[in-house]
Amino acid sequence: MPEKLIIIGSGPAGHTAAIYAARAELKPLMFEGSTPGGQLMLTTEVENWPGFPNGMMGPEMMDLFKKQSERFGTRILSENVTEVDFTASPFVVKTSTASYSSEAVIVSTGATAMWLGVPGEKEYGGRGVSACATCDGFFFKNKKIVVVGGGDSAMEESNFLTRFAETVTVIVRKDELKASKIMQERARNNPKISFVWNSEVKEIVGDGTRVSGVKIFNNKTNETTDFATDGVFVAIGHKPNTELFAGKLELDKAGYIVVRPGSTITNVEGVFAAGDVADHYYKQAITAAGTGCMAAIDAERWLASKE
Amino acid sequence: MLELTSANFDASVLASSDLVLVDFWAPWCGPCKLMAPVMEELAGELTEVVFAKVNVDDHSDIAQRYNILSIPTFLIFKGGQVVDQFSGSMTKDALRAKIEKHS
Repeated sequence: MPEKLIIIGSGPAGHTAAIYAARAELKPLMFEGSTPGGQLMLTTEVENWPGFPNGMMGPEMMDLFKKQSERFGTRILSENVTEVDFTASPFVVKTSTASYSSEAVIVSTGATAMWLGVPGEKEYGGRGVSACATCDGFFFKNKKIVVVGGGDSAMEESNFLTRFAETVTVIVRKDELKASKIMQERARNNPKISFVWNSEVKEIVGDGTRVSGVKIFNNKTNETTDFATDGVFVAIGHKPNTELFAGKLELDKAGYIVVRPGSTITNVEGVFAAGDVADHYYKQAITAAGTGCMAAIDAERWLASKE
Repeated sequence: MLELTSANFDASVLASSDLVLVDFWAPWCGPCKLMAPVMEELAGELTEVVFAKVNVDDHSDIAQRYNILSIPTFLIFKGGQVVDQFSGSMTKDALRAKIEKHS
């Protein structure tokens, strides 16, 4: 017997879909993937989730999401999906060890932080180069740190890192920040944070064991300068986790899953997409949860219409 | 799971004749939390490998000694020597493959 509903991904979208689907008696089966809980597992305080006026830690929040999914009967496998086949019904979802079939699938695989792709970045990964301030900031007490990026996550990381670092230098490609007003204000008012504008990191250099500096290219003057730093935190945005679905679902130019506006319906009937994997605009936990709920309802109605 | 301290590290890791996987972690690290059950499960399956962890909050001296700048970081020791080092959360299969390369 195929499953009624498989959910791929375990962030706010996946778990909200699971809660709604489980309560609708669809007995969803969830694949958590390689980063259970998704991007919130890499954050500290979540301050904009309504109902928690004092904020809540991201990992703690995802723990509660999971408990709520399980409470209503979601079965959760801590496995990674390696292949899908949406060409025939029931759909096939494979892991490295087993194959599952399902009448409907919700894709909520989220997005992953992007890297710069410059020389030295891979070499010094875990040796001064990081994409997770909350994981690695601790190791940079009284050190000089560079943060690359001008969006909300770059500002959040910069502010957080000032708890440890002596100075945080934010390298921004343009002459303005993309971050929201409140995050900008906080960073600009932090005496440990300074900005380098119109600039891009072209190389990360080190002594073989750890980072010692970056080469910064000024895109207005075309000059390259050496900048000494102990750590490089990359916060330049995200890319959708859709490698699995290339050629199987309609994706837009940036790789996001295309859904029918106002719904979670993809170009394959019975496959629905929710959360950051189909959203290059809002990208919030609350919007992911919202579309996760929509996906469960869309899937439920579609399953009912087939009977 | 062996809890390493500044007092038992040398005897448990450097003097061990078995392959030892050491997980550097901290309670405030989300990705580290993800790896805890993975470590437990693999420890049950790969019984010939010693699974150990270092809380970097409590034993920053060990973290400094191995130049740990990111967590989770995993070190694999063979005959007291570091033979591999990698950082970040990963699936059980990926971690198993990393370990089996050296066993």
